[in-house]
Amino acid sequence: MAEARDQLDTFRAEARAWLEQNFPKSLVGRAGEYMVVEGDVRIEGDALAWRQRLGEKGWGTPTWPREYGGGGLTQLEARVLQEEMAAVGAFNPIPMLAGMGVTMVGPTILEYGTEDQKQRHLPGIARGEVRWCLGYSEPNAGSDLASLATKAEDKGDYWEINGQKIWTSGADISDWCGALVRTDSKVAKRDGISFVMLTMHQPGVRTRPIKLISGASPFCETFFDNARAEKTDLLGKLNDGWTVGKRLLQHERASQTGGNPAGGGRAEPLQDMAKRYVGTDDEGRLADPDLRVRLANHLMSAKAHGLTLSRIAAEARGKQQVTAAASILKNSATSVAQTRSELTLEIMGHQGVGWDGDEFSGEEIQTVRTWLFGKAMSIYGGSYEVQNNIISKNILGLPETTQKG
Amino acid sequence: MAALTEEQTMLKDQAKAWVSEQAPVAAFRKVRDSGVAACFAAETWAGMVDLGWTGILVPEVYGGSGMGYLTMGILLEETGRHLTASPLVASALVGATALLQGGSDAQKSAWLPKVVDGSAILTLAVDEGPKHAPESVALRAERAGSGYRLTGTKTFVLEGGAATLLVVAARTAGKPGETAGITLFLVPADARGVTRTALRTSDCRGYANIAFDGVEVGADAVLGTVDGGWAVLEATLDRARAGIAAEMLGTAAEAFDMTLNYLKTRVQFGQVIGSFQALGHRAAELFTEMELARSCVEGALQSIDANAKDVAQMCSLAKCKAGAFLFNMSNQLIQIHGGIGMTDEYDAGFYLKRARAVEAIYGGQAYHRNRYAILHGF
Ligand SMILES: Cc1cc2nc3c(=O)[nH]c(=O)nc-3n(C[C@H](O)[C@H](O)[C@H](O)COP(=O)(O)OP(=O)(O)OC[C@H]3O[C@@H](n4cnc5c(N)ncnc54)[C@H](O)[C@@H]3O)c2cc1C
Repeated sequence: MAEARDQLDTFRAEARAWLEQNFPKSLVGRAGEYMVVEGDVRIEGDALAWRQRLGEKGWGTPTWPREYGGGGLTQLEARVLQEEMAAVGAFNPIPMLAGMGVTMVGPTILEYGTEDQKQRHLPGIARGEVRWCLGYSEPNAGSDLASLATKAEDKGDYWEINGQKIWTSGADISDWCGALVRTDSKVAKRDGISFVMLTMHQPGVRTRPIKLISGASPFCETFFDNARAEKTDLLGKLNDGWTVGKRLLQHERASQTGGNPAGGGRAEPLQDMAKRYVGTDDEGRLADPDLRVRLANHLMSAKAHGLTLSRIAAEARGKQQVTAAASILKNSATSVAQTRSELTLEIMGHQGVGWDGDEFSGEEIQTVRTWLFGKAMSIYGGSYEVQNNIISKNILGLPETTQKG
Repeated sequence: MAALTEEQTMLKDQAKAWVSEQAPVAAFRKVRDSGVAACFAAETWAGMVDLGWTGILVPEVYGGSGMGYLTMGILLEETGRHLTASPLVASALVGATALLQGGSDAQKSAWLPKVVDGSAILTLAVDEGPKHAPESVALRAERAGSGYRLTGTKTFVLEGGAATLLVVAARTAGKPGETAGITLFLVPADARGVTRTALRTSDCRGYANIAFDGVEVGADAVLGTVDGGWAVLEATLDRARAGIAAEMLGTAAEAFDMTLNYLKTRVQFGQVIGSFQALGHRAAELFTEMELARSCVEGALQSIDANAKDVAQMCSLAKCKAGAFLFNMSNQLIQIHGGIGMTDEYDAGFYLKRARAVEAIYGGQAYHRNRYAILHGF
């Protein structure tokens, strides 16, 4: 124990010193500019230098093995690194720059990829140079993903891909795509799917951005028209794409539920913002008693979610049953985040409907955009209803209905 | 579950086995039907004493095991599951806590060993009206010779009928509504001037209203400091809230298990009713609420054991979240059981009645939401 703690302290000092030397002070407080989920971010000057240094060190993907461009750190060391970065106002832009690369595709390649695939694909992701998107959903295959129809045909030395994907986040700015495709249409739906990786920079791939209710266009329709994927870019076994693809979605859920849905990195606690907009009574209580109750309820739910994350982490260390409680995290995180947005909007009143212009503060406009974009949380990554199906079937063991109509 | 030590895991297993064999809901039903005044069976209580449960919070020097609040919570969750009737909460949790928080060495030496061996049953007498409002204490304690004279009435005192020693919150200065001027007294339940009226409640737990008509006690009856009892009272109430939240979690978790079992066995339209998505989703949502409530309850108990700064917030959070889940769960228990849930012969009704009664103890959801907001500065 004590030895482990000493090692961590040594690492902490090392991380601190490295950050001191390498993180450009000019970027302090500018994380927001580089951490946006929506859209393309130009990265240049100090930010570019910072990305390169971080990438070379492997600390953009701190727990990945060193031989594939990662930092080779333990989970605990990675946590320390995160703390030290936060302490000096540093941030890690690489996960955002790599699209789905760091959070989802990379971990899946680490698990299922061949040595050649790891060598070719992981270092680019780790440096934040290669951006990935995910081609799962299709117009007729949403929650029922297994009914996807995009086809891959064996052309001897390559796969030829034809079909349409939709809601492909970042497709128009991505370099590579991880796609689920049908490689056998004669077997049961789930047994004829494969996971292929293909470059987006080829004539057979076309993207058309779709505008969201938040005004941004973070996703696209993606058309594959005799597109080509190399034989060496099948991830996992042929017709085993359902397993690989589902594993990848678990990484997606992990990345969505691990954060702090209530904090959002904003410095001002929501109750302080509420007091600023709504005012207080003689005893210092929020002047709107109805809002006050709902705000208290929300803070409690956010706390309960945070406590559940810590409990699951503690149980995982103690090796008790982990999975049961973990199944609730996606819906819990989603409802905390969405409620927070709704309350923020309500707190702002008329100022909380701004779209544009000098009459609204940047914070107010951002709140509206965040609120709108946040509605997606209960749709993607397994919708709210699909999560409840998973809990009721897989965790609680309730059977599927046979009722018709 | 929180990551438990080996000792805690053993205790949990032992408690699970003992409660389901010795003190199941059937035993509770028997107590109710027989109309025992104390609302618990003497042998159940004796069994708990034998198992050492009354000494979980009491340090070894006073004859207990000093295992702490998370351990106490583990036991209360199990007794909550089966609605096991006993003064465990009132005496071994709340009474022991009051002594530990405010007692002098002499008071602790005199009473803690008796809490442990069951020869004394303690309880806290705090509320005076239909709502939990500890700062509203109005029961007067006036100087009388070297001691005090107590006059006033306490309501809904948990195990007030069976208790032998009352921890009474009285006003020695200031006005009701002020936290300063409250003093705690240890008053033998058989003191002259104490009149107890047993309450018959829907949940069939032991409660009493207690009138104090010029009850005289010595100066050594003061627990903690004169006029400064609030800190001890609040610390005691918070630990009581976390403990009772653990009991509520157990009650609700059992209601969940009963419901899930029914979803898997009751057949309508040619299939088990749990296959209907409307009910499957309801079960999933209740499960989600249960896991979140569990994190709050265990978190509060752990923060008490760690003597953390946020004990007050955490205990209000735990009582509120366990309360909200138990409220929903007890309603769904009845609804999903259909007609059979409405019958007295079936146990579901016991859980519903207990749910509402325990909600009111030491502050309901509204009380704790308000407190949580105040503690967060708004
Ligand atoms: C912002 C955003 C980003 C996205 N990014 C990507 C991406 O990068 N790559 C990608 O492949 N996809 C992406 N998606 C697509 C996403 O995965 C799908 O939207 C999702 O799977 C739901 O499919 P759908 O939109 O077709 O809705 P549908 O499946 O048609 O669902 C419609 C409604 O029916 C409900 N429903 C469906 N099935 C059931 C059931 N069995 N029981 C109960 N209710 C049910 C749903 O919960 C929902 O309320 C993204 C979506 C959004 C909003």
